[in-house]
Amino acid sequence: MAKREVDEVSGTETTGHEWDGIKELDTPMPKWWLGLFYACIVWAIGYWVVYPAWPTLSGYTHGMLNHSQRDDVTANVAALKSARSVKEAALRDASLADIQRNPELQQFAMAAGKTLFGDNCAPCHGAGGQGARTYPNLNDDVWLWGGKLSDIQHTITVGIRSTSPDTRQSQMPAFGHDGMLKPAEIGDLAEYVVHLSGRPANAKAVRRATKLFADNCAMCHGADGKGNRSMGAPNLTDNEWLYGPNREDIADQITNGHGGEMPTWGGRLSPEEIKALAVYVHNLGGGE
Amino acid sequence: MDFLPPRNDAFSAPAMAAEGVARSDAVASNSAANRKLFKSRVPIYPKEVDGLYRNLKWAMMAITLSIYYLTPWLRWNRGPGAPGQAVLVDLAHERLYFFFIEIWPQEVYYITGLLIMAAVSLFLINALFGRLWCGYSCPQTVWTDLFIWVETRIEGDRAARIRLAAAPWTAGKVAKRVSKHAIWLLFAVGTGGAWVFYFNDAPTLFHQLVTGAASLGNYAAIAGLAFTTYSLGGLMREQVCTYMCPWPRIQAAMTDTEALGVTYRRDRGEPRGPHKKGQPWEGRGSCIDCNQCVAACPMGIDIRDGAQLECINCGLCIDACDDIMMRIELPKGLIAFDTEANVERRLAGKPARFRFLRPRTALYGGILVLVAAIMLLTLSFRHTLDLDVMRDRNPNFVTLADGAIRNAYTLKLMNRTGQARTLTLSVNGITARSVNVIGVGDVKGAVPLVVDADKVRTLRVLVTVAKPDLAASHALNFTLGDTNGKESRNVAAIFVPGDVK
Repeated sequence: MAKREVDEVSGTETTGHEWDGIKELDTPMPKWWLGLFYACIVWAIGYWVVYPAWPTLSGYTHGMLNHSQRDDVTANVAALKSARSVKEAALRDASLADIQRNPELQQFAMAAGKTLFGDNCAPCHGAGGQGARTYPNLNDDVWLWGGKLSDIQHTITVGIRSTSPDTRQSQMPAFGHDGMLKPAEIGDLAEYVVHLSGRPANAKAVRRATKLFADNCAMCHGADGKGNRSMGAPNLTDNEWLYGPNREDIADQITNGHGGEMPTWGGRLSPEEIKALAVYVHNLGGGE
Repeated sequence: MDFLPPRNDAFSAPAMAAEGVARSDAVASNSAANRKLFKSRVPIYPKEVDGLYRNLKWAMMAITLSIYYLTPWLRWNRGPGAPGQAVLVDLAHERLYFFFIEIWPQEVYYITGLLIMAAVSLFLINALFGRLWCGYSCPQTVWTDLFIWVETRIEGDRAARIRLAAAPWTAGKVAKRVSKHAIWLLFAVGTGGAWVFYFNDAPTLFHQLVTGAASLGNYAAIAGLAFTTYSLGGLMREQVCTYMCPWPRIQAAMTDTEALGVTYRRDRGEPRGPHKKGQPWEGRGSCIDCNQCVAACPMGIDIRDGAQLECINCGLCIDACDDIMMRIELPKGLIAFDTEANVERRLAGKPARFRFLRPRTALYGGILVLVAAIMLLTLSFRHTLDLDVMRDRNPNFVTLADGAIRNAYTLKLMNRTGQARTLTLSVNGITARSVNVIGVGDVKGAVPLVVDADKVRTLRVLVTVAKPDLAASHALNFTLGDTNGKESRNVAAIFVPGDVK
């Protein structure tokens, strides 16, 4: 190698490149850096031998350890399942009431239920189960299909208006849409429902609607409007309105007969998971 | 290369560069030719000395290493179900045990207090007696000392070690080197091994380690600490103190001339020079420039250059010098624990005195006493029960069918004793229609609740108010007490009646 020019100010060799009389110094890499660099190369060779590294025509080199992250995940999931299996078995064998009575089991159910709720229920019912318009609030004491642990467990299992053959089923007729009632009659009925819930209403309209209510609504909602859980008919005398509390909201519901849909979770979640969810929802505060 | 002129050498008369121009002997120490980017370590071969400070150092080594290695094996009976180890950091169960004290994660401020006390003690000791920590009890010092002791036993003292280093690689040299490193590694593995016992039940883990049943984390911790002990204590030694440790820098900024430190009494030693038997001592200093203090120094410095960052105040140079002073029949203490101020005083013809009480030491002492008092006080009034109250924010409040408003609270009842306890919970300060503890039912007044030994019980409490004033949020109190009325915790919370504007 030809002797390279040494810059006399810094004592460092130059690369031989020159721009406008300025020469580029060829400062050597720090020794520690070079050491690390070579160590990395050696490490990489070891890595190729030990771990999966190179693609081949039909697959890849597996390496001496035959390591696979997919296998790791499978093993980890299996380990998690086996770690949970004792408590899960206890959950499966215990009755709902037993779970509530056993603090340890209840805590396990609550922890599992919380995660399950976040994954499966929160998109509609909200992260805290607070609900929204058309999605029931699970914290309050109003239950269309019952708020006992067993009721909640059953509702989660079969769903509401779902594809399950055992689904909870109710259908509010679309009185206006299907031409069963005239708009004026619907207006009177809405006034009547407002009156039922203890709010000031147009007395004449209420009088006019009394017979209409008995003929069309009382079958499901009851003569007193207090609803009927076996049919999923809501109580019209309380403060809770799934589709809104105002006259327009009520008229809209009589006209169109909205009915939300809750999927059946029986096939998607295990019985233990549904039990845990039932305990969690029950403990949100509204459980009966 | 040393560019400083040798001390006390009279400058040689400069040659004349030209007529009337004196020639300087200055060297361009930072010129490209002289400058080195990397300074290789110059090995240090400290000579083993004998004397008071060496014995103190042996004693401190024995004490500190014994504490470190033996503490995890001390047993402490906490009753059934609780760990029987006196000092244990139980990470899995989030508990820290120290004899009769058991710390929960919520009480980590005790550790903060302890760290503050450790720091202030370091400052105080430093202001009084210099870097005793560095010289006697820092793990770096203790293990380095231990490793040098091993080296001396195998390879011999300073002169033998220097000869061995320069000698060609014979079978004898290989044998010495291999056995030295092997013993170092044994100590290093023992160090890491002791560490993991603080985090596990020591006898159980020992058995697991030996049978290969311990977790990978334990083996990794042992390997990691063995590596750091071996490399820091055996190979890097004084470089850790000189280049890696922040304390020498901080200490240099915090010390003053009244702080004791290993001091070369230049008032007595200078001017130094060789001395022949029978020559008079008048008109010269006591230092005979024998360099024994330099040979003994594990940091590779010359204490006669004055206070310096590298000095760890171990006092081994004092032992080396005292030995020489005895042999030449001069009083001991040419190098001694003394202050820079005293050297100046003696030079000025004034008597030496020690001022231990200074604003600095009073301040450090005061802070130390204060923090210790606060720690003792909080520890002696420490609650064995505790209560956390978290109000639900989602939903913020719940409107019931009849228009009543309900708020939900998650309560954590903590029992920090080794026995199951019945605690009473009550809600006051608000006119509630009902207070429901989920799993317990509607409650009135104080509810008895059993909390297991050393456990947290989580409960959800629903407070319903029939017709709350909707204008503002309301205050309420949760009170947790023990049945004999000795302890209670009161936690203030709020009740939100609606979308309060």
